Amino acid sequence: MSASLKLSLCVIATILFASPVGSALAQVDTFEFENEVQQQRFRTLSDELRCPMCQNTNLSGSTGGVAEDLRREVHRMILEGMSDREIEQFMFERYGDFIFYRPRLRAQTLLLWFGPIIFLLIGGFAAWGIFRRAREVEETEVALDESQKARLNELVGGD
Amino acid sequence: MGKIKFYLPAVFFIAIAILLWRGLYLDTRTLPSMLIDKPMPPFSLSTIEGSPISNVDLPNQIFLLNVWGSYCLPCLIEHPTFMRLNEEGAIPVVGVNYKDRNDLALEWLETNGDPFTFSIEDLDGRFGIDLGVYGAPETYLVDADGVIRYRHVSVLDETVWQEEFIPAIAELRAESN
Repeated sequence: MSASLKLSLCVIATILFASPVGSALAQVDTFEFENEVQQQRFRTLSDELRCPMCQNTNLSGSTGGVAEDLRREVHRMILEGMSDREIEQFMFERYGDFIFYRPRLRAQTLLLWFGPIIFLLIGGFAAWGIFRRAREVEETEVALDESQKARLNELVGGD
Repeated sequence: MGKIKFYLPAVFFIAIAILLWRGLYLDTRTLPSMLIDKPMPPFSLSTIEGSPISNVDLPNQIFLLNVWGSYCLPCLIEHPTFMRLNEEGAIPVVGVNYKDRNDLALEWLETNGDPFTFSIEDLDGRFGIDLGVYGAPETYLVDADGVIRYRHVSVLDETVWQEEFIPAIAELRAESN
């Protein structure tokens, strides 16, 4: 392996592994918790709740004013002993489905949840139909009678 | 039958293409409000001048609730509309001074004029969260029973007033008659 190839592989590996993933992006908050479990719940919630202002960032990754306020609220609710479910309900009542990266299963979100499966099924049926027909064509024996064989020989100039 | 099957993929493709084409032009920035047809969230705060204020102080008629801040440039664009509505006595406008500094808010009203019946001071944005606010300016249309009936996100200029608010208010008035 040439030196330059090694070098470029190193660079690629560094870029790949140094990429910020998930909560590596998180804002440095000074929130204090009573125990590890609360802290972990806070991290999970602010990773899974979406900032309403910034379109495609979670609460933990956003510096937006409203994201800051919502992190503060999540912290308060955890300390007050509310469950994750209750905190999510609080957010849903104010910001709707948008606040969740994993929207709730409701009449309005059915297509969002099952649309991909429906398209996969349509594609699957189409592919199955095409393959089946192709096999049928393949399996049909193409038999030539004596006169056809003679004509074929004549055409290809065989003996 | 064979003909239909032949054209099916093309029809399918065109249908999806139209769907996705439309999707390109959807407004994803404006979130639907969860508070439509819900009562104004309870609050007990003070006005920016410092007097206590709560739900009972809200107008007993159809009014606008405008979320503003001295830092908010688009608020300056919609400001003349609220000034005009106030001068004409068309509809009361209650302000929510959202995540602002008190001295800057008062100065802003001094400079630009104060069209608000009063402005509720929401220093930490907590009241804003209850309203589902995600950034100033936002304007809510509230009916005489204190129920939120409409929300407009971003600038409420004369066009928006004519096209969205006048029909919505007319509908509310027709309803209460």
